[in-house]
Amino acid sequence: MIQLEQVTKKFMNKAALKNVDIELTKGKIIGLVGENGSGKSTTLKLIAGLTKPTKGTITINGVQVSRLANQVSYLSELDEYYRFYNVGQTIDFYASQFADFNHEKAEEIRAFMNLDRSAKLKHLSKGNRGRLKMVLTLSRNVPVILMDEPLSGLDPMVRESIVKGLISFIDLEHQVVLITTHEIKELEAILDEVVLIQGGNILGHKNVEQLRLEENMGIVEWMTKVSG
Amino acid sequence: MTDMFQSSQPIYSQLADRIKKQILRGELKPGDKLPSVREMGMQASVNPNTVQRTYRELEGMRIVETKRGQGTFVTENEESLLLMREKLKEEEISEFVRSMHELGYADAEIETGLQAYLNNSGEVGKE
Repeated sequence: MIQLEQVTKKFMNKAALKNVDIELTKGKIIGLVGENGSGKSTTLKLIAGLTKPTKGTITINGVQVSRLANQVSYLSELDEYYRFYNVGQTIDFYASQFADFNHEKAEEIRAFMNLDRSAKLKHLSKGNRGRLKMVLTLSRNVPVILMDEPLSGLDPMVRESIVKGLISFIDLEHQVVLITTHEIKELEAILDEVVLIQGGNILGHKNVEQLRLEENMGIVEWMTKVSG
Repeated sequence: MTDMFQSSQPIYSQLADRIKKQILRGELKPGDKLPSVREMGMQASVNPNTVQRTYRELEGMRIVETKRGQGTFVTENEESLLLMREKLKEEEISEFVRSMHELGYADAEIETGLQAYLNNSGEVGKE
Protein backbone atom coordinates (compact mmCIF):
# COMPACT_ATOMS: atom_id res chain seq x y z
CA MET A 1 0.00 0.00 0.00
CA ILE A 2 2.70 2.51 1.01
CA GLN A 3 6.04 2.07 -0.65
CA LEU A 4 9.25 4.04 -0.19
CA GLU A 5 11.99 3.15 -2.63
CA GLN A 6 15.54 4.37 -2.16
CA VAL A 7 14.27 7.55 -0.54
CA THR A 8 16.81 10.16 0.49
CA LYS A 9 15.89 13.46 2.06
CA LYS A 10 18.50 16.16 2.56
CA PHE A 11 18.11 19.40 4.43
CA MET A 12 20.87 21.71 3.20
CA ASN A 13 23.62 19.13 2.93
CA LYS A 14 22.60 17.03 5.90
CA ALA A 15 20.78 13.78 5.06
CA ALA A 16 17.73 13.15 7.26
CA LEU A 17 16.95 9.91 5.41
CA LYS A 18 19.40 7.77 3.49
CA ASN A 19 18.26 5.41 0.72
CA VAL A 20 15.31 4.21 2.71
CA ASP A 21 13.16 1.29 1.52
CA ILE A 22 9.93 0.60 3.39
CA GLU A 23 6.86 -1.32 2.36
CA LEU A 24 3.72 -1.11 4.45
CA THR A 25 0.58 -3.14 3.79
CA LYS A 26 -3.02 -2.27 4.62
CA GLY A 27 -4.89 -3.54 7.61
CA LYS A 28 -2.09 -2.83 10.01
CA ILE A 29 -1.07 -0.45 12.75
CA ILE A 30 2.62 0.23 12.43
CA GLY A 31 4.88 1.99 14.90
CA LEU A 32 7.80 4.03 13.63
CA VAL A 33 10.26 4.23 16.47
CA GLY A 34 13.69 5.73 17.04
CA GLU A 35 15.46 8.52 18.89
CA ASN A 36 14.82 12.22 18.42
CA GLY A 37 16.22 13.37 15.10
CA SER A 38 16.35 9.84 13.67
CA GLY A 39 14.10 10.73 10.73
CA LYS A 40 10.66 9.63 12.00
CA SER A 41 8.80 12.88 11.42
CA THR A 42 10.55 13.43 8.10
CA THR A 43 9.32 10.02 6.94
CA LEU A 44 5.75 10.90 7.88
CA LYS A 45 5.90 14.28 6.18
CA LEU A 46 7.23 12.67 3.01
CA ILE A 47 4.37 10.17 2.92
CA ALA A 48 1.91 12.98 3.61
CA GLY A 49 3.31 14.90 0.64
CA LEU A 50 4.22 17.84 2.87
CA THR A 51 7.82 17.68 1.73
CA LYS A 52 9.48 16.17 -1.33
CA PRO A 53 12.20 13.56 -1.36
CA THR A 54 15.61 14.64 -2.61
CA LYS A 55 15.88 11.26 -4.30
CA GLY A 56 13.74 8.14 -4.66
CA THR A 57 10.02 7.51 -4.97
CA ILE A 58 7.09 7.28 -2.58
CA THR A 59 3.86 5.69 -3.74
CA ILE A 60 0.50 4.97 -2.17
CA ASN A 61 -1.40 2.22 -3.96
CA GLY A 62 0.97 2.63 -6.86
CA VAL A 63 0.38 6.36 -7.24
CA GLN A 64 3.22 8.75 -6.59
CA VAL A 65 2.63 10.98 -3.56
CA SER A 66 2.11 14.67 -4.31
CA ARG A 67 1.09 17.81 -2.49
CA LEU A 68 -2.51 16.82 -3.13
CA ALA A 69 -2.21 14.12 -0.49
CA ASN A 70 -5.86 13.12 -0.86
CA GLN A 71 -4.99 9.60 0.27
CA VAL A 72 -3.57 10.66 3.61
CA SER A 73 -4.89 11.94 6.92
CA TYR A 74 -2.04 13.42 8.90
CA LEU A 75 -1.98 14.20 12.61
CA SER A 76 0.73 16.72 13.22
CA GLU A 77 2.94 16.77 16.27
CA LEU A 78 2.27 20.49 16.49
CA ASP A 79 -0.57 21.91 18.49
CA GLU A 80 -2.01 24.27 15.88
CA TYR A 81 -5.62 25.37 15.85
CA TYR A 82 -7.87 28.38 15.46
CA ARG A 83 -8.24 29.69 18.98
CA PHE A 84 -11.43 31.58 18.21
CA TYR A 85 -13.27 28.47 16.95
CA ASN A 86 -15.16 26.11 19.16
CA VAL A 87 -15.04 22.31 18.81
CA GLY A 88 -18.06 22.16 16.51
CA GLN A 89 -16.78 24.92 14.23
CA THR A 90 -13.40 23.20 13.99
CA ILE A 91 -15.07 19.96 12.91
CA ASP A 92 -17.25 21.83 10.40
CA PHE A 93 -14.20 23.64 9.06
CA TYR A 94 -12.40 20.34 8.47
CA ALA A 95 -15.50 18.97 6.79
CA SER A 96 -15.42 21.94 4.41
CA GLN A 97 -11.74 21.37 3.59
CA PHE A 98 -11.77 17.63 2.90
CA ALA A 99 -14.24 16.02 0.53
CA ASP A 100 -13.63 12.66 2.22
CA PHE A 101 -14.47 13.97 5.69
CA ASN A 102 -17.17 11.84 7.35
CA HIS A 103 -19.20 14.24 9.45
CA GLU A 104 -21.27 11.54 11.09
CA LYS A 105 -18.18 9.64 12.16
CA ALA A 106 -16.65 12.86 13.49
CA GLU A 107 -19.68 13.39 15.72
CA GLU A 108 -19.45 9.81 16.92
CA ILE A 109 -15.78 10.14 17.82
CA ARG A 110 -16.38 13.54 19.41
CA ALA A 111 -19.02 12.01 21.67
CA PHE A 112 -16.71 9.09 22.47
CA MET A 113 -13.99 11.55 23.44
CA ASN A 114 -16.46 13.51 25.59
CA LEU A 115 -15.85 16.78 23.81
CA ASP A 116 -18.48 19.47 23.96
CA ARG A 117 -19.28 21.00 20.57
CA SER A 118 -19.59 24.45 22.04
CA ALA A 119 -16.30 24.43 23.97
CA LYS A 120 -13.92 27.15 22.79
CA LEU A 121 -10.56 25.88 21.64
CA LYS A 122 -8.65 28.49 23.57
CA HIS A 123 -10.23 27.09 26.74
CA LEU A 124 -9.57 23.43 25.98
CA SER A 125 -7.01 21.56 28.06
CA LYS A 126 -4.02 20.12 26.28
CA GLY A 127 -5.52 16.66 26.70
CA ASN A 128 -8.77 17.68 25.06
CA ARG A 129 -6.90 19.32 22.21
CA GLY A 130 -5.12 15.98 21.75
CA ARG A 131 -8.52 14.26 21.69
CA LEU A 132 -9.86 16.76 19.16
CA LYS A 133 -6.88 16.11 16.89
CA MET A 134 -7.85 12.43 16.97
CA VAL A 135 -11.43 13.29 15.99
CA LEU A 136 -10.21 15.31 13.02
CA THR A 137 -7.67 12.75 11.88
CA LEU A 138 -9.82 9.63 12.16
CA SER A 139 -12.90 11.15 10.52
CA ARG A 140 -11.50 11.12 7.02
CA ASN A 141 -12.20 8.22 4.69
CA VAL A 142 -8.66 7.77 3.46
CA PRO A 143 -6.50 4.68 3.12
CA VAL A 144 -3.55 6.11 5.04
CA ILE A 145 -3.54 7.57 8.52
CA LEU A 146 -0.33 9.12 9.79
CA MET A 147 0.12 10.19 13.39
CA ASP A 148 3.12 12.04 14.66
CA GLU A 149 3.52 11.49 18.41
CA PRO A 150 -0.21 11.37 19.24
CA LEU A 151 0.44 10.62 22.93
CA SER A 152 3.30 13.00 23.54
CA GLY A 153 2.93 15.22 26.59
CA LEU A 154 -0.51 13.88 27.51
CA ASP A 155 -1.51 12.42 30.85
CA PRO A 156 -2.36 8.70 31.27
CA MET A 157 -6.14 9.12 31.14
CA VAL A 158 -5.96 11.03 27.89
CA ARG A 159 -3.53 8.51 26.44
CA GLU A 160 -5.90 5.70 27.25
CA SER A 161 -8.82 7.44 25.58
CA ILE A 162 -6.70 8.09 22.50
CA VAL A 163 -5.58 4.46 22.29
CA LYS A 164 -9.15 3.22 22.73
CA GLY A 165 -10.41 5.76 20.22
CA LEU A 166 -7.90 4.48 17.72
CA ILE A 167 -8.95 0.87 18.29
CA SER A 168 -12.63 1.62 17.86
CA PHE A 169 -12.57 4.02 14.95
CA ILE A 170 -9.91 2.88 12.53
CA ASP A 171 -11.07 0.74 9.67
CA LEU A 172 -8.50 -2.02 9.47
CA GLU A 173 -10.10 -3.54 6.41
CA HIS A 174 -9.24 -0.51 4.35
CA GLN A 175 -6.71 1.55 6.25
CA VAL A 176 -3.12 1.48 7.34
CA VAL A 177 -1.98 3.50 10.35
CA LEU A 178 1.57 4.67 10.81
CA ILE A 179 2.41 6.17 14.21
CA THR A 180 5.65 7.68 15.41
CA THR A 181 6.07 7.36 19.13
CA HIS A 182 8.30 7.42 22.15
CA GLU A 183 5.54 5.91 24.27
CA ILE A 184 6.19 2.33 23.30
CA LYS A 185 4.78 0.74 26.45
CA GLU A 186 1.41 2.34 25.86
CA LEU A 187 1.18 1.39 22.23
CA GLU A 188 2.80 -1.99 22.17
CA ALA A 189 -0.42 -3.96 22.51
CA ILE A 190 -1.92 -2.22 19.49
CA LEU A 191 0.98 -2.35 17.06
CA ASP A 192 1.09 -5.04 14.37
CA GLU A 193 4.52 -4.05 13.17
CA VAL A 194 7.41 -1.91 14.27
CA VAL A 195 9.98 -0.11 12.14
CA LEU A 196 13.16 1.09 13.81
CA ILE A 197 14.93 4.06 12.33
CA GLN A 198 18.26 5.49 13.39
CA GLY A 199 20.32 8.26 11.85
CA GLY A 200 18.18 8.20 8.70
CA ASN A 201 18.57 4.45 8.19
CA ILE A 202 16.04 1.66 8.72
CA LEU A 203 17.57 -0.75 11.22
CA GLY A 204 14.73 -3.24 11.25
CA HIS A 205 11.09 -3.97 10.45
CA LYS A 206 9.29 -6.64 12.46
CA ASN A 207 5.91 -8.17 13.07
CA VAL A 208 5.52 -7.60 16.81
CA GLU A 209 3.65 -10.81 17.71
CA GLN A 210 6.17 -12.78 15.69
CA LEU A 211 8.97 -11.10 17.64
CA ARG A 212 7.37 -12.17 20.91
CA LEU A 213 6.61 -15.67 19.68
CA GLU A 214 9.89 -16.49 18.01
CA GLU A 215 12.39 -14.47 19.98
CA ASN A 216 10.59 -13.93 23.30
CA MET A 217 11.25 -10.26 22.95
CA GLY A 218 9.23 -7.12 23.44
CA ILE A 219 9.69 -4.04 21.29
CA VAL A 220 11.99 -2.24 23.72
CA GLU A 221 14.28 -5.25 24.11
CA TRP A 222 14.42 -5.68 20.35
CA MET A 223 15.27 -2.00 19.83
CA THR A 224 18.07 -2.23 22.36
CA LYS A 225 19.44 -5.36 20.71
CA VAL A 226 19.26 -4.04 17.16
CA SER A 227 20.64 -0.59 17.81
CA GLY A 228 23.23 -1.76 20.34
CA MET B 1 -4.16 -1.38 30.60
CA THR B 2 -1.27 -2.56 28.52
CA ASP B 3 0.72 -3.54 31.58
CA MET B 4 -1.73 -6.38 32.10
CA PHE B 5 0.25 -8.10 29.36
CA GLN B 6 3.83 -9.27 29.38
CA SER B 7 5.66 -7.51 26.61
CA SER B 8 7.85 -10.47 25.70
CA GLN B 9 5.06 -13.03 25.17
CA PRO B 10 2.59 -13.01 22.27
CA ILE B 11 -0.45 -11.01 23.27
CA TYR B 12 -2.85 -13.25 21.35
CA SER B 13 -1.97 -16.20 23.58
CA GLN B 14 -2.05 -14.13 26.76
CA LEU B 15 -5.50 -12.96 25.83
CA ALA B 16 -6.53 -16.54 25.04
CA ASP B 17 -5.31 -17.63 28.49
CA ARG B 18 -7.30 -14.85 30.06
CA ILE B 19 -10.48 -16.01 28.34
CA LYS B 20 -9.85 -19.64 29.29
CA LYS B 21 -9.50 -18.62 32.92
CA GLN B 22 -12.72 -16.64 32.74
CA ILE B 23 -14.44 -19.78 31.52
CA LEU B 24 -12.95 -21.88 34.32
CA ARG B 25 -13.99 -19.34 36.93
CA GLY B 26 -17.49 -19.39 35.51
CA GLU B 27 -17.41 -15.72 34.51
CA LEU B 28 -18.06 -16.95 31.01
CA LYS B 29 -20.48 -19.84 30.71
CA PRO B 30 -20.98 -22.43 27.96
CA GLY B 31 -23.00 -20.79 25.21
CA ASP B 32 -22.14 -17.24 26.29
CA LYS B 33 -21.37 -14.76 23.55
CA LEU B 34 -17.90 -13.21 23.57
CA PRO B 35 -17.55 -9.49 22.85
CA SER B 36 -17.06 -8.64 19.20
CA VAL B 37 -13.47 -8.38 18.01
CA ARG B 38 -13.56 -4.62 18.23
CA GLU B 39 -15.28 -4.51 21.62
CA MET B 40 -12.76 -6.95 23.03
CA GLY B 41 -9.96 -4.86 21.54
CA MET B 42 -11.37 -1.83 23.30
CA GLN B 43 -11.81 -3.57 26.64
CA ALA B 44 -8.32 -4.99 26.68
CA SER B 45 -6.68 -2.12 24.75
CA VAL B 46 -5.43 -4.59 22.20
CA ASN B 47 -5.20 -4.46 18.40
CA PRO B 48 -8.34 -5.96 16.79
CA ASN B 49 -6.08 -8.07 14.56
CA THR B 50 -4.65 -9.65 17.70
CA VAL B 51 -8.13 -10.34 19.11
CA GLN B 52 -9.02 -11.97 15.79
CA ARG B 53 -6.04 -14.25 16.17
CA THR B 54 -7.00 -15.07 19.76
CA TYR B 55 -10.49 -16.08 18.66
CA ARG B 56 -9.06 -18.20 15.84
CA GLU B 57 -6.73 -19.90 18.29
CA LEU B 58 -9.57 -20.66 20.72
CA GLU B 59 -11.64 -21.90 17.83
CA GLY B 60 -8.86 -24.27 16.85
CA MET B 61 -8.92 -25.67 20.40
CA ARG B 62 -12.72 -26.01 20.11
CA ILE B 63 -13.18 -23.78 23.13
CA VAL B 64 -15.23 -21.23 21.19
CA GLU B 65 -17.39 -21.42 18.10
CA THR B 66 -18.03 -18.71 15.57
CA LYS B 67 -21.51 -18.61 14.14
CA ARG B 68 -21.78 -16.74 10.89
CA GLY B 69 -23.28 -13.32 11.31
CA GLN B 70 -23.91 -13.89 15.00
CA GLY B 71 -20.53 -13.77 16.69
CA THR B 72 -18.28 -15.96 18.77
CA PHE B 73 -19.62 -18.14 21.57
CA VAL B 74 -18.17 -20.30 24.32
CA THR B 75 -18.65 -23.90 23.27
CA GLU B 76 -21.30 -26.04 24.89
CA ASN B 77 -19.28 -29.14 24.18
CA GLU B 78 -18.37 -30.44 27.63
CA GLU B 79 -15.60 -32.63 26.36
CA SER B 80 -13.67 -29.68 24.92
CA LEU B 81 -14.12 -27.73 28.12
CA LEU B 82 -12.92 -30.63 30.26
CA LEU B 83 -9.90 -31.01 28.02
CA MET B 84 -9.14 -27.31 28.43
CA ARG B 85 -9.49 -27.64 32.19
CA GLU B 86 -7.03 -30.53 32.25
CA LYS B 87 -4.54 -28.74 30.02
CA LEU B 88 -4.61 -25.61 32.12
CA LYS B 89 -3.98 -27.67 35.23
CA GLU B 90 -0.97 -29.30 33.63
CA GLU B 91 0.38 -25.94 32.54
CA GLU B 92 0.01 -24.42 36.00
CA ILE B 93 1.65 -27.45 37.64
CA SER B 94 4.53 -27.55 35.20
CA GLU B 95 5.15 -23.86 35.78
CA PHE B 96 5.14 -24.40 39.55
CA VAL B 97 7.42 -27.42 39.36
CA ARG B 98 9.79 -25.66 37.00
CA SER B 99 10.27 -22.75 39.38
CA MET B 100 10.66 -25.10 42.38
CA HIS B 101 13.34 -27.03 40.49
CA GLU B 102 15.01 -23.77 39.63
CA LEU B 103 15.21 -23.00 43.34
CA GLY B 104 16.78 -26.41 43.94
CA TYR B 105 13.91 -28.40 45.51
CA ALA B 106 13.86 -32.13 44.85
CA ASP B 107 10.67 -33.87 43.73
CA ALA B 108 10.17 -35.54 47.12
CA GLU B 109 10.44 -32.20 48.90
CA ILE B 110 7.96 -30.63 46.53
CA GLU B 111 5.54 -33.48 47.07
CA THR B 112 5.67 -33.49 50.87
CA GLY B 113 5.63 -29.70 50.93
CA LEU B 114 2.58 -29.55 48.72
CA GLN B 115 0.84 -32.25 50.73
CA ALA B 116 1.53 -30.45 54.01
CA TYR B 117 0.38 -27.15 52.56
CA LEU B 118 -2.86 -28.65 51.28
CA ASN B 119 -3.53 -30.27 54.67
CA ASN B 120 -2.97 -27.02 56.56
CA SER B 121 -4.95 -24.76 54.29
CA GLY B 122 -7.69 -27.34 53.96
CA GLU B 123 -10.39 -25.10 55.37
CA VAL B 124 -9.71 -22.40 52.84
CA GLY B 125 -9.44 -24.23 49.56
CA LYS B 126 -11.72 -27.22 50.20
CA GLU B 127 -14.63 -27.72 47.89
